[in-house]
Amino acid sequence: MLTKRLIACFDVINGRVTKAVQFQDNIDVAEASEMARKMYEEQIDEIIFFDIMASAEKRMIDIETVKKVAACVFVPFTVGGGIRDVSDMYETLKAGAEKISIDSMAVRNPSIISEGAKEFGSQCIVLSTQVLKTPSMPSGYEVYIDGARTATGLDAIEWIKRGEQLGAGEICVNSIDCDGTLGGYDLNLMRLAEKSVSVPLIASGGAGVPEHLKDVFTQTQTQAAIISSMLYSPRLEKNYSVRELKNYLLENGVNVRPATEI
Amino acid sequence: MIAIIDYKAGNAPSVQHAARRIGFDTVLARDCGQIENASHIILPGVGSAGATMNSLREMGILGALEGAVLRERTLFLGICVGMQILFERSEEDNADCLGWLEGYVARFDASKNRVPQMGWNKVDFANKTPIEAASDFFYFVNSYYARPHDRDDIWGVSDYGGVFTAAVRRGNIYGTQFHVEKSASAGLSVLAGFCGLSN
Repeated sequence: MLTKRLIACFDVINGRVTKAVQFQDNIDVAEASEMARKMYEEQIDEIIFFDIMASAEKRMIDIETVKKVAACVFVPFTVGGGIRDVSDMYETLKAGAEKISIDSMAVRNPSIISEGAKEFGSQCIVLSTQVLKTPSMPSGYEVYIDGARTATGLDAIEWIKRGEQLGAGEICVNSIDCDGTLGGYDLNLMRLAEKSVSVPLIASGGAGVPEHLKDVFTQTQTQAAIISSMLYSPRLEKNYSVRELKNYLLENGVNVRPATEI
Repeated sequence: MIAIIDYKAGNAPSVQHAARRIGFDTVLARDCGQIENASHIILPGVGSAGATMNSLREMGILGALEGAVLRERTLFLGICVGMQILFERSEEDNADCLGWLEGYVARFDASKNRVPQMGWNKVDFANKTPIEAASDFFYFVNSYYARPHDRDDIWGVSDYGGVFTAAVRRGNIYGTQFHVEKSASAGLSVLAGFCGLSN
C-alpha cells in the first residue's frame, strides 16, 4: 500500500535555506545542501526547494545549488522558482532535479504546463499554487502569485482543475492564510481540492505540531504534506526530527515509510 | 564499464549520482560503441513508453542494445519506463516496445486509486536472483504497470489497488518499476547489487 509522504520544503536565497512567515521577513537558517543532507539522513521522503528570489530578480534558477543538493540526496527532489520555459526545465532536470514546480509563471502562461508535460512527462510537472480565502470566489479561495502579493481573480479550484487538464502530474496547494501560523493545514481547502482533481495532492502551509500531519492525513485524502518550520525554524522553541514525526504518525495509524536506523 | 543510456527525457544524471555514491564509476552513453563495450547497461526511465522508444530509435542504438543484451548477454537494468519497454507492447501511446520479455503494460485502474501512483510503496522480492534484495519501501512514479506473461520473470511485487509487478528478472535482464536512484538506502542497495554482478 502506498504510504503518505513527508516533504521538507526549503526557501533558498543565495544557496542558503531561509524561513519566512506569510511570505515575509526571511531569516537565515543553513546552507541548502547541508540541510538537504541532514533531512535525507533523517529519512525525509522528498525535498522541495524554491529559489524564492529568482522570479523577482528575473534570472534563471540557481543551478549550482540544485547540483549540490542533487549530489547528496537520493530521494525525489523538486525545484521551483524562476522557471520560465521548457529550456529552463531541461537545465534544472539535467542538474539532478526530478520534478519542476511552476507557480506564478503557470498563471501568466498556462501553456508552460502542457509544454513541460509533453516534453518530460506529467510526472515531472508539479503545479504549485498560493491561495487565499476570498468569500466572493465560487470556491471561497482565490489564486495569488508573485510570492502571494498579487491577486489574479482566478478561483483556486477552477485553476487546479485546469492545471490537471493541462497535464500537471501533481498539485501542491499552499494556504496563504495558514502559512507560517503553525495552526494546522486548511483541511477544508484540501477536501475541496481532492473532490476536484484526481492527481496526487500536496498540502502546504500551517504545520506546527505532529497532530497537524495526522489531521491532514486522516481527515482528507491528501497524499503528501509539506513541512518546514517544525523541522528547522529557529523561531520555534521545539523543532521535530523526521524520525519523531514518522514514529508519531505510525503510532497513530498513519501509513508512512518507517524511519529505520541507518 | 557501466553505461547509463543518456537520452533527453531520461534522468541519467540522477542515476549516475546514485552510482557514484555507492562507489561505481559510470559513463553516460549516447552511441553504439559505448553500449557494445559496456559490462553493464542501465536504461533509466521517466516519461512515456512511446517517447522512450522514439528516443532510442532516433539515437540509432536499438540494434546495438539488442546485440549486447540478447546475444552478448551484457547485464541490463531497466528502471521505471526502462523496465516497461522490455515487454512487447504498452497501452501508453499504444507503443510497440522491445519485446525481450513476453507480456504487455497496462494502465492502473483510476476508479480504484489516484493515478499516477506517486510515492513510497512496499516491495516483496522472490529470493531467486543473484541480487539479494530485502523487502522494503521504494519510490514509484507510474500510471502503468507490467503484466509479464511468464510468472517466472517476476522478481518483486507491490500493491496499488491490487498486486502488481514491481521488478522483473530473466537471466542477464533486470527491471525495476521503482526508481532505485531515488529510493534512499533501499534503492542504492539494489543498484549496488546490480553494479556488483559479473558475467
